[in-house]
Amino acid sequence: MLSDKDRIFTNLYGKHDWRLAGARARGDWDGTKEILDMGSDWIIDEMKRSGLRGRGGAGFPTGLKWSFMPKTESDRPHYLVVNADEGEPGTCKDRDMLRYDPHKLIEGCLIASFAMRAHACYIYIRGEFYNEASNLQVAIDEAYAAGLVGDNACGSGWKFDIYLHRGAGAYICGEETALIESLEGKKGQPRLKPPFPAGVGLYGCPTTVNNVESIAVAPTILRRGASWFAGFGRPNNTGTKVFCISGNVNKPCNVEEAMSIPLKELIEKHCGGVRGGWDNLLGIIPGGASVPVLPKAICDTVLMDFDALRDVKSGLGTAAVMVMDKTTDIVAAIARLSAFYKHESCGQCTPCREGTGWLARVMKRMVKGEATLAEIDTLEQVTYQIEGHTICALGDAAAWPVQGLIRHFRPELERRIRDYRDAKVRDKAA
Amino acid sequence: MSNRSLAKEQPASFAFNAEYLARAKVVIAKYPPGRQASAVIPLLDFAQRQEGWVTRPAIEEIGKMLDMATMRVLEVATFYTMFNLEPVGKTHVQVCTSLPCWLRGSNEVVKACKEKLSLGMGERSADGAFSLGELECSGACVNAPVIQIGDDYYEDVDYASTGKLLDAFKRGETPAHGSAIGRMGSAPAGDQITLTENPTPPPKQDFAAAKAAFEKAKAEAAAKAAAPKA
Amino acid sequence: MPKLTIDGIAVEVPPNTTILQAAESVGVEIPRFCYHDRLSIAGNCRMCLVDVEKSPKPVASCAMPVGEGMVVHTKSDRANKARGGVMEFLLINHPLDCPICDQGGECDLQDQAMAYGFDRGRFHENKRAVKDKYMGPVIETVMTRCIHCTRCVRFATEVAGVPQLGATGRGEDMEITTYLEGALASEMSGNVVDLCPVGALTSKPYAFNARPWELRKTESVDVMDAVGTNIRVDARGRTVLRVLPRVNEDVNEEWLADKSRHACDGLRYQRLDQPYVRVNGKLKAASWDETFAVIVGKLSGINGSKVAAIAGDTVDAESMLALKDLLTALGSPNLDCRQDGAALDPTVRASYLFNSTIAGIEQADALVIIGSNPRKEAPVLNARIRKRYLKGNFQVTVVGDAVDLTYKHKHLGNDLAAFFQSPEAPAGAKNPMIIVGMGALSRPDGAAILAAARAYAEAIGAVKDGWNGFNVLHTAAARVGGLDLGFVPGQGGKDTRGILDAAGKGEIEVVYLLGADEIDTAKLGNAFVIYQGHHGDRGAHRADVVLPGAAYTEKDGTYVNTEGRVQRGLRAVFPPGDAREDWTIIRALSEKLGKTLPYDNMAQVRARLNFVNPLFGTVDKVQPAEWKAFGAAGQISSGSASSPITNYYMTDPISRASRTMAQCTEEFVMGSKQKTGTHG
Repeated sequence: MLSDKDRIFTNLYGKHDWRLAGARARGDWDGTKEILDMGSDWIIDEMKRSGLRGRGGAGFPTGLKWSFMPKTESDRPHYLVVNADEGEPGTCKDRDMLRYDPHKLIEGCLIASFAMRAHACYIYIRGEFYNEASNLQVAIDEAYAAGLVGDNACGSGWKFDIYLHRGAGAYICGEETALIESLEGKKGQPRLKPPFPAGVGLYGCPTTVNNVESIAVAPTILRRGASWFAGFGRPNNTGTKVFCISGNVNKPCNVEEAMSIPLKELIEKHCGGVRGGWDNLLGIIPGGASVPVLPKAICDTVLMDFDALRDVKSGLGTAAVMVMDKTTDIVAAIARLSAFYKHESCGQCTPCREGTGWLARVMKRMVKGEATLAEIDTLEQVTYQIEGHTICALGDAAAWPVQGLIRHFRPELERRIRDYRDAKVRDKAA
Repeated sequence: MSNRSLAKEQPASFAFNAEYLARAKVVIAKYPPGRQASAVIPLLDFAQRQEGWVTRPAIEEIGKMLDMATMRVLEVATFYTMFNLEPVGKTHVQVCTSLPCWLRGSNEVVKACKEKLSLGMGERSADGAFSLGELECSGACVNAPVIQIGDDYYEDVDYASTGKLLDAFKRGETPAHGSAIGRMGSAPAGDQITLTENPTPPPKQDFAAAKAAFEKAKAEAAAKAAAPKA
Repeated sequence: MPKLTIDGIAVEVPPNTTILQAAESVGVEIPRFCYHDRLSIAGNCRMCLVDVEKSPKPVASCAMPVGEGMVVHTKSDRANKARGGVMEFLLINHPLDCPICDQGGECDLQDQAMAYGFDRGRFHENKRAVKDKYMGPVIETVMTRCIHCTRCVRFATEVAGVPQLGATGRGEDMEITTYLEGALASEMSGNVVDLCPVGALTSKPYAFNARPWELRKTESVDVMDAVGTNIRVDARGRTVLRVLPRVNEDVNEEWLADKSRHACDGLRYQRLDQPYVRVNGKLKAASWDETFAVIVGKLSGINGSKVAAIAGDTVDAESMLALKDLLTALGSPNLDCRQDGAALDPTVRASYLFNSTIAGIEQADALVIIGSNPRKEAPVLNARIRKRYLKGNFQVTVVGDAVDLTYKHKHLGNDLAAFFQSPEAPAGAKNPMIIVGMGALSRPDGAAILAAARAYAEAIGAVKDGWNGFNVLHTAAARVGGLDLGFVPGQGGKDTRGILDAAGKGEIEVVYLLGADEIDTAKLGNAFVIYQGHHGDRGAHRADVVLPGAAYTEKDGTYVNTEGRVQRGLRAVFPPGDAREDWTIIRALSEKLGKTLPYDNMAQVRARLNFVNPLFGTVDKVQPAEWKAFGAAGQISSGSASSPITNYYMTDPISRASRTMAQCTEEFVMGSKQKTGTHG
């Protein structure tokens, strides 16, 4: 088990003072100027060497992403945008960082912005996180008052402004270009790529969008050294990570652990195990609503990291582990996710707009078995007709849970269809 | 999806009160000159806080304030589901029914709300005191099930505690938000096994050495690049 | 320049070309719904997905720039599968009501479903039903058919500059609508019907009138304004059913203004379909012979100086030429084609042309508009100004009415005297242009204004080698043609104002109005009025004899647009009843008068036209006009330069007879627009 001294988010549960004094006592804002003085190149290099992969779901190497920003400033200012639009079902890690460790995020914003030659940063927080936004705003005000950010951030000579922007209820704004659109005052409809935000982002300027966790861990990584961070987990899957374990476990919780921890260990050690014991496990969605469900047999041994979960045709995503025990109606569970994606589709592109509604409706019937066996194949084909054909990844996210269901629980779908048909026949006979 | 078109009955006019007008100015100043449209979501939010919902005159007024076509403001107001396009109750109760909440009994919570408030989903009480709605993932999944009332999350609720919670609201109280079972944040219930120590600042790496190593590696890479290829 | 391979064809294109454009350049057609080359790229329909080697996913070819060494397959299994999937998605919620859909037969969805659709549906749920939206008198909506391509939204926002269209809600509940279902308040609104790839937006006036394969299509030129928009007239039997734009990059690109598109129902009402003679104060139907006899009787023995002719705004050059020749034969120098009395100098062609050319607007970097409202006077030209404006670095200044031109501009008031006293030059402009409108030139001090405008253009550097930024924006399709062929007072002759004055005083006894309906007929006094035209409008009401002519769709005719571009329209249908093509009427009359004109067919008329002015031989081209001094020195009086057009929808006999234009007038001019509270 990761030891407390190696945990980055030492106030994950809000046990301690979240404000500036408390944050400083935990080591935030300690020698920030020293880090800035090391220079942009060193910071980006150190981030690359840490192996940190984006914590928002896609797992793109953070240092590499930072290096895509133009090397020199032009008349177009650079922007850092922090994605705090946390809303993937199962995911609630950023919330704790925003409300209990806001200074880690703000310090990270300064360092990342400095490294990418940005003088302004916007944090886009989902509108529902009202209290979290309030804490963060207090922390920002504290940082300004203490000279940690502002015209001469931490005495470094770097002018740095940081702004909080609240959303208003749209999961799609977690997609980086939809977020940018929303921040510009439009509907959150993803942009076509290319151009990528590093070239044409917020207000048409070079922009990097990073997840809260990716930014909040940066100061600690730089302070302690890339090799410290890279010492956890497996190669290409390094570091520590905040996991969110929800659903049918005895003690759902958020916990920061080393990457590549076995899934079973994560649940047994931190969550008091699966409700009714490990053998009562039906399946787990290991990385947030968009990744395919895994049956118990795979959960027995799989490691919680990007590559291991990819190899079993699922994904680490946001490391939001949703546990379902044998009392769970797995078809209804996936149908609920399909309803979510239908609700959250922005409506811009055809496969997602039309496909999510189709999936949700068929899934609703599948719960009762009100379908034909051939429709299982149709359903699967429809998911493949959506996947890879949309502007953003929401289409893929809508497709994968259904694919996972069919892949691992097809007999259950077939059983329901047969039962429903048999019941109909009985009703007629009666 | 809830109703995403404007209510039939609309007030005749809208104007921000002094407090929200001042806050609107602060918000608009966050964005670069000419980018004031960025403030449309915050301003719609202010309008909703002031009026209880987003009205047509508010949409038009905000369009004028931000030099945006009214249609663009309407698009935003109808796209984001936090904007109520018709009046909601003074106490607006929203139950998260997404998968993690559902797995931990949100159906029972919904049932408790319907019974206690005598309301169906999407309905508002005749006296305007309560309204009931459904929420897509509230982002507090390890504290499921979650009810959002106003700006606050009530977590780890069940049928019984939901009843008690709503009773308190009916009495005009505003109970403390957070976990209904006394959990600290997202920590596991009961005794903690992590973050038990009092946190201290972590050790720092030797920045001078790190810088030297970095410069050396850079110089080596440059030399290698400059050297004629074998 | 990147080199790539598309379906095995090697192609080299400029950087930033999209795959779709590159494919088109080698004749590989990629299906699309949302992509339109005059609108911004949306990439939302996903129909144009192609297979690019080494790309993990199919790529939207409309949005993806080409890359060096790309290998693109547009017809591979993967590409076809992707498109088939998209097509199925588009069809699941589409009503498939083609038999009752006006788009049937010219529907992109229908056509592409033939290529990529399945032969049966797999969607067993209820289809989505969407409430229809009101969008104004010319746009019919069946929103259940909408495939959300957003072409209409992009057109309204980008080209028309009226951001009233949008998509509300999200996901499958997203709906295209105008703000609060107000009418789309644009003079260009009808173009969304052309852009809509399905039957969601169709033409309201044309609803359930015909199927496209029943129509006879004739290429012609619009006469509702002086732009000379290239049109296609669709007719069945003797009836014009609709007017559509043709592509002409130099003139209208592919847009058509609402009046030009939708006034065509006016061709069916209030037509003059036989000659009339006034008897005892009342117009009485008569035969051609009887009518000609009355005219001959009236004209015999009258001195030519007591005869005058005024040509109207939509008249073709051929009939103006014939009438001019006839008046010359009668010995009359009193003729004018400037009904509004505009002080245009017929001797210097550069003084009355839109010298920059319409396409040339895109080369300008500053614009000063003097006494014109191009949005109402020439909507398509105004769209070109907006196009230039959207590219940035384009300052617009206006002296005249304070109106919404769909682009930001600096308004310098509406007093020409004040403006010309201390004219403001556009700062730092390399290619400035000015537009002088009829609001300025038709004032009594028009000649002085013309001179001042010339001086101003020269002073700000708008006229130099390779750039002529002096532009006159006409409101009449016939005007430049009339000036080019010299339908202006001869030696000692009277112009429009003079003719009306003299008629009022009885000095002129016979006035021949050739489609001239925009003059104040009350001023004609006791003169004997011959009206030749196609509608029972102002001129005919005052006339003593009426000669029924042909509307622009009913004759071959030459028109010269405001740029000086000679264009030819073709006859789409025959004139109604006894009406005749106009030049033939004049030719027949000349014979009765014993002054037989020397041409018997169109070829001979046109040969004569070329002889009068060789410019008429250079069809479809613009000949740069030589810059010379023009205008007259004089006092410019204080006062406004308001546009002559107060109601865009009714400016000529055809549009005044049109019921569609009456509805538009009611909707947009009579103030019901305010009801919608539309802002924008």
